Amino acid sequence: MSAEPNPVAPRRVLVTGASGLLGGAVAALLRTKGHQVRTFQRRASAAGTDEVLGSLTDPAAVRRAVDGMDAVIHLAAKVSFTGSWHDFVATNITGTNTLLEAARDAGARDFVFVSSPSVAHFGEPLAGAGAGVADPDRARGNYARSKAAAELSALAQDSPEFRVTAIRPHVVWGPGDTQLVERVIERAAGGRLPLLDQGAALIDTTYIDNAAAAIVRGLERMGHAHGRSLVVTNGEPRPVGELIAGICNAGGVPAPRTSVPGWLARGAGSVIERLWIAAGSRNLVRDEPPMTRFLAEQLSTAHWFDQRETRAVLDWEPSVGIDEGLDRLASHYGGTGPGQAS
Amino acid sequence: MTEIFPGVYRRFSRRVQVPSTSAADAPGTSHQWHLLDNDSELRDKGIEPVGTLLCVHGNPTWSYLWRGLLNHVSAHELPWRVVAVDQLDMGFSARTGVFRRLADRVNDLGDLTTTLGISGPVTTVGHDWGGLISLGWALGHREQLANVVLTNTAVHPAGFELPAALRLASHPAVHGWGTKSTDAFLRTTHSLAHPALQPEVRKAFMAPYANANRRTGVGNFVADIPFTEDHPSRPALEAIAEGIKSLEVPALLLWGPKDPVFSDRYLRDLVGRLPHAAVHRFEGAGHLLPEDRDIATPVFDWLGHNTESKAAHRAQALAAYRPMLAELDERTEDSTTAVVDINPPKSLSWSQLGQRVNALAGGLAGIGVKPGDRVNLLVPPGIELTSLIYACLRLGAVIVVADAGLGTQGLGRAIRGAGPSYLIGIDRALTGARFLGWPGTRIAVSDMPTAKRKLLGVAHTIPELLEAGSHATPTGTDFAEADPDADAAVLFTSGSTGPAKGVVYTHRQLAAMRDTLRETYDLKAGSALVAGFAPFALLGPALGATSVTPDMDVTAPRTLTAGALADAAAAVDATTVFASPAALANVLETRDSLDASQRLVLEGISLMLSAGAPIPEPLLAKVQDLVPKARVHTPYGMTEALPVTDIDLESIRAAGSGNGVCVGTPVAGAQVAIAPLDANGTAGDTPETTPNLTGEILVRAPHVKDRYDRLWITERLSTSIPGWHRTGDVGHLDDAGRLWVEGRLGHVLNTPTGPKTPVAAEQAAESVTGAGRAALVGVGPAGTQASVVVMETVPPARRAAPAPEALAQAVRAAVARTGTKVSAVLVVPELPTDIRHNSKIDRAALAAWATGTLAGGRIRNP
Repeated sequence: MSAEPNPVAPRRVLVTGASGLLGGAVAALLRTKGHQVRTFQRRASAAGTDEVLGSLTDPAAVRRAVDGMDAVIHLAAKVSFTGSWHDFVATNITGTNTLLEAARDAGARDFVFVSSPSVAHFGEPLAGAGAGVADPDRARGNYARSKAAAELSALAQDSPEFRVTAIRPHVVWGPGDTQLVERVIERAAGGRLPLLDQGAALIDTTYIDNAAAAIVRGLERMGHAHGRSLVVTNGEPRPVGELIAGICNAGGVPAPRTSVPGWLARGAGSVIERLWIAAGSRNLVRDEPPMTRFLAEQLSTAHWFDQRETRAVLDWEPSVGIDEGLDRLASHYGGTGPGQAS
Repeated sequence: MTEIFPGVYRRFSRRVQVPSTSAADAPGTSHQWHLLDNDSELRDKGIEPVGTLLCVHGNPTWSYLWRGLLNHVSAHELPWRVVAVDQLDMGFSARTGVFRRLADRVNDLGDLTTTLGISGPVTTVGHDWGGLISLGWALGHREQLANVVLTNTAVHPAGFELPAALRLASHPAVHGWGTKSTDAFLRTTHSLAHPALQPEVRKAFMAPYANANRRTGVGNFVADIPFTEDHPSRPALEAIAEGIKSLEVPALLLWGPKDPVFSDRYLRDLVGRLPHAAVHRFEGAGHLLPEDRDIATPVFDWLGHNTESKAAHRAQALAAYRPMLAELDERTEDSTTAVVDINPPKSLSWSQLGQRVNALAGGLAGIGVKPGDRVNLLVPPGIELTSLIYACLRLGAVIVVADAGLGTQGLGRAIRGAGPSYLIGIDRALTGARFLGWPGTRIAVSDMPTAKRKLLGVAHTIPELLEAGSHATPTGTDFAEADPDADAAVLFTSGSTGPAKGVVYTHRQLAAMRDTLRETYDLKAGSALVAGFAPFALLGPALGATSVTPDMDVTAPRTLTAGALADAAAAVDATTVFASPAALANVLETRDSLDASQRLVLEGISLMLSAGAPIPEPLLAKVQDLVPKARVHTPYGMTEALPVTDIDLESIRAAGSGNGVCVGTPVAGAQVAIAPLDANGTAGDTPETTPNLTGEILVRAPHVKDRYDRLWITERLSTSIPGWHRTGDVGHLDDAGRLWVEGRLGHVLNTPTGPKTPVAAEQAAESVTGAGRAALVGVGPAGTQASVVVMETVPPARRAAPAPEALAQAVRAAVARTGTKVSAVLVVPELPTDIRHNSKIDRAALAAWATGTLAGGRIRNP
């Protein structure tokens, strides 16, 4: 068979973006498995760990970070709705290229690029969809476009000597998640979260532990995974309304009861989005807009994925189901999970 | 390879110079023909053909029509040569400048095959008027003829009205203008495709007929239709139409019934001339059948299997063959009661019933009903229907029994499909027949005023037939005994998914059904039964059992009340009740109205049979309370095999819950096996009896249907394992040899963890508080489908929506215990079901609906 390194053999792994929820979970999991982990981020975190501080836009810092590493797991990215295209290019595209080049020069063998399904899907309803090929020209929004370009560029460098895989976790959530969970709870608490079309759209999500495990498996199964893009989810699609209700219950806030038509929200999202961008360019607002066309689409159209290839390639299955994830979320926030409710 | 037209490769197109011997041409004339021919491809591939298909188009098409056959051979590397000709003056063949008549065209085709040197066995394939011409060639080349394939054609318009479309096209005022001067006739023909032709295909059909000169042949073709006695082509047509009656080679008739020109009546005419032909009617397809449907697959499948004999695989009979009329004939002196109607009250003794049956048979014979003729009976169950059934069986006429449970549209489709020569009906049925154009000479059950009779186009009445028949006072021995292996009956499936299918039984198979019922339920002569479930009830006189028809609207089983059931039972001291689950549900609902004497009657019942659909144990238990001394049984079966297995209440309780519905063990004479599902949910081809393997349920029994009616492809699929009928149901056998039904093959979900049958999950969902009926459907691409429960609730939901959280969680938890992870739970006001049983959920439609709903967007009711 291929020269697959023994998965348990300790390796020296650089994790970028470890200050985020998912990056932190990946670093922790790697350490649990006995690997030597170095992290790379802009601000100092926990004391006593091997970390290099710096930005992806600083090539010298990047070279220091990869020095002596066997492998890189790259999560650092600019994730935002607002911001100029230039900023996205600098961090997500140029930054990734800098890291790739440095890693290869430093003799690292493996590179896991953490990506997003949005690089290959463009707003249409998805039911049991495959990963698809990243397409910067069609991807929607600066984040997805820049990630698509970066993923193509990363996979283009895949070779037997320098193996690259792209892992695309879909809608990651869990305790401490500020991206989805806290926004949902906050908006629902303020009564500002309607359901779209009664929340029937079937969507996939990924519990944080599963996303972290799949990314680490990407490294461990590099012999099979390299050269591929793999979407990772819990493999438990649910109606979006039910998921939101589950998160609200866990957060101890009332679940949304009102429903507005999806077309209306998408239209309103477009308008608000344009206003927000205009305001943002004049530094009038710093926050994310309350509704965007992208968010409206996410909440009103199906997007769930075929997980067979992912699971076969990674030889892995999620260990935390959605209901258990909601229970854990409930213990974190003090609400009720499905386990306690029934 | 280059395409010269969409779907036609250049290498198939060839031109041949053919010396003519036709009367229309001067001696020494030769013409250039254009053909599509795969000869050179076969040579290049080193394939030695086993025979040649000689394909002849009609008017106004060309060999392009047959490209599917050529491409199928190419794609599958089959050893068949396909020669599709463009007739002279047509397509890209020469314009000869003379008027070619039918006889010339038949001769032309012979000239071509001589020039081509086609020597091996030939299968003729014809469409439209090309069918007639191909048959002409067939009769002239019998030594070479191997098979005949025909699609939407006609060989004889005698006695028929010329179809309006052709009448118009051939009218002198219209003919030249419609067919030659303009391309109206071409465009009209091309518009007959279902679905419509792609623009580039339409262009290809039009290509050889670009101007009036090129269209001379199109006009001449129409002018050569010999629809009058003195037409010059009439003798040639008569010769072919008569001649094919002597053809013994295998024949295949493929038909698109939505054809305004060559309608079903021409199919019936052809079936009369080629009674041994295999027939497939493609419901929904029309005149341009080769464009509407894939005919290549069935044609080559048939060519490979048309010499197989089914008789070799016939299941062992329980007893020696005894005709269906044997009991009646043995009881000509018996004055005890045979049949009873409650409303209006009427009864006949065995000897009276026998006389009535013989008189009716005599009357029917008197108006020309012959053995093999199909007689459609649109008469409600009761003495009248029973008499007619046995009279037809006596004559050897084939009864066609379609019920109102199919709905008016479904009923019409079923009748047109079976194509009966006679239709016997009550007023309502005759009205339908008259105004919806159902085929068959119309016979009324009762006398009617002359004006009404004229309005409904009634040719005879039953009282007239009885009168005529009883003058001769025929006895059973006056009629030749029917061939045991001749057709006896056409019944219909419920049509819960797609059009109802006709199912043909022979006399031997009907007799076997009777013997199986007798053995399984110990129904001796002298038993008395309440006939609340049609198919079995009709067997009363054959079983020697007294039968009574309760007072109910048979088109609506739910109209049987407890009182009506008791009164019927009292009328004959009934020992046995046959009923459907829907009827029993209403009996239970109305049981409080029973008086003491009625209760006493029901306490005398010793066998209660609930047939037609599975019945839940709690309902069956309540039935048991009503008939405390009865064995309560429920058989499992289908129109194609009645019954297959049987189980009683006690055994249902003993079986407990499991993966599916336990339907018990095979009935007397029947065998059950399983064709296991593979990882993709496809059923295999090996019958297995290993316990706990899930797969398609297979049945082998002497009372299994003979075939599907005029559905050769369907029949071939259902008997792809010789000797076995593929039921289309999925299930497994348990360690005790009991069969568990897990759903329909077409409803199996194709999930990432493999195929998943729906019934166990549905039962779990239905067990949740507040749940009504539930259906499990798959959403998403095969292999990675998400499991979705669509359910009714108590009280019913006002509109379709995702289930409330609590219900969704409860259903998810309950279904998870059966090993299925549910993605979504949707509630609906009502699940779509079939009309006949009001119980078979249309899961295909539901899956499509759930897919749309869960994709996002506004939610509509299914």
